[in-house]
Amino acid sequence: MAGSTVELLNVSYDPTRELWKELNAAFIPAYKAEKGVDVTIKPSHAASGAQARAIMDGQQADVATLSLFPDTDALREAGLIKEGWADHFPNRSLPYTSTVVFVVRAGNPKGIKDWADLVKDGVEIVTPNPKTSGNGRMSFLGAWGSVVINGGSEADAQEFVRKFYKNAPVLDTGARGSTTTFAQKGQGDVHITMENEAYLEQKESPGKFEIIYPSISFFHEPHVAIVDKVVDKKGTREVAEAYLKFLYTPEGQEIIAKNYFRPTDPAVREKHKADFPEIKTFDITAVAKDWKEAQTRFFGDGGLFEVISQPVE
Amino acid sequence: MNSQCRVIPGYRLSVSYTLLVMAALIVIPLGAVILKSSSLTWDQFVAVVWTKRTRSAYMVTFGASFAAAVVDTVLGLLVAWVLVRYEFFGKRFFDSLIDLPFALPTAVAGLVYSSLFVENGWYGQYLVPLGVKGAYSRLGIVLVLTFIGLPFVVRSVQPVLESLDADVEEAASSLGASRWQVFWKILLPALRPALVTGFALTFARGIGEYGSIVFISNNKMFDTEIAPMIIVSKLDEFREADAASVAVVLLAASFLMLAVINGLERWSRRHEA
Repeated sequence: MAGSTVELLNVSYDPTRELWKELNAAFIPAYKAEKGVDVTIKPSHAASGAQARAIMDGQQADVATLSLFPDTDALREAGLIKEGWADHFPNRSLPYTSTVVFVVRAGNPKGIKDWADLVKDGVEIVTPNPKTSGNGRMSFLGAWGSVVINGGSEADAQEFVRKFYKNAPVLDTGARGSTTTFAQKGQGDVHITMENEAYLEQKESPGKFEIIYPSISFFHEPHVAIVDKVVDKKGTREVAEAYLKFLYTPEGQEIIAKNYFRPTDPAVREKHKADFPEIKTFDITAVAKDWKEAQTRFFGDGGLFEVISQPVE
Repeated sequence: MNSQCRVIPGYRLSVSYTLLVMAALIVIPLGAVILKSSSLTWDQFVAVVWTKRTRSAYMVTFGASFAAAVVDTVLGLLVAWVLVRYEFFGKRFFDSLIDLPFALPTAVAGLVYSSLFVENGWYGQYLVPLGVKGAYSRLGIVLVLTFIGLPFVVRSVQPVLESLDADVEEAASSLGASRWQVFWKILLPALRPALVTGFALTFARGIGEYGSIVFISNNKMFDTEIAPMIIVSKLDEFREADAASVAVVLLAASFLMLAVINGLERWSRRHEA
């Protein structure tokens, strides 16, 4: 077995290219040194929902590192991942977390401080389409939650998200698409995206953007999972397990923090405290019974997102 | 040996081969789509394909394709006219340029158009302040479909124009017909079948177009969402029967349109002088 090459396919969500490039570059030599096995890792990056569908359609992913719980859980429903997958890895299979923040142009010309500022006239929002993107869904839930959690009624929240999406001139398929639209094509006044993507955007174009932390935001939990059906068929379970476990090692957590994802290891998190400002967050249970209900109620066929997208008669 | 003697040998073989290819590449895949959608009851089928969202998408799909086809028919006639009737420097170069939309991956067309018409694009920087949004709008879809469909009309009309005999026009003008009368009463009727063919091809192309529209669209429902996007969206929600149902509607519409255009062609040919 020593000396043969194992190939893993890591199907991930849109903005994680840089993170996984660095993680792979660290894991491969480390694993070679430990087990003497050559590993090549093929990455795949696209909108989370679309990626889940691709795996269900037969893409041979050894590991699925998608954006939102329902995307990975859909793989369980399709029989590709075992029950109880979320507890397989430490911390509910979360080696990193993130949240949703705003990116504005330098100087913040439209004076955007919080969710309520987004629905003002003349403000153009750039964020992905909730139907395909995890980022898109979190933007929706962030907007919705900012109303209901602060005591607003559901009717208020519905009106708020209606105005929110009216201010969005374009909805890209995935998170990285929105970044391109905002940062490169120069569209929009505010980009609603994940914290890790916001910092990356800032790093790419120093001085052009500012990051604004709203008063409350959605807690992003991108679970990682082994696709049992694939690893058992390909015989790559051992390597895949080691690969994902590597994310929890101090080295892995450092790389995660360096790429602006919030590490879940308390020690590493403490060390990088200054990079990740405190922000009040809520998760799916604050706005719906669970993800399944949220998917049907908000993002499914005839769901709230479709209802508010209709032009007002 | 077969008692029937054909001029060209191999009749049975070629018919069998043609039918086999048609069955494998066309009939069976189409049949599979219809079969997939048949897992829904009629009520479910209608509930999927006839919602506010899908109706809006059909309107955008067919409306934009129709508009692009109309524009292309006029523009295409003009371009073909210039290419056939005039000589100028670089004519052959422009003639081959017409084929560019055929050769280009349409996604590139969409990307280029969206870059041009976006707020800080070459055209957009002047047009957007005037209120003309060529990117991320329905206008953008029409623009892109016009670009993609232009060669169809030009290449349909060009050979007909080239083969027109000059003597009919000369006779008409020697009898006192004005240039406009010559065009309207002699040239246009002769070109009508080619124009109808070009229109039909552009229209059909527009309905099926996906890659370019993805880049020019703002991806919002009820706005620039076309029917093929709804199909992809349904697939993303893991609802294959629903996606197949919308596909069946588009298929039926395409067949209907082909039948209408065929009928039109036959009618116009019958009414030719």
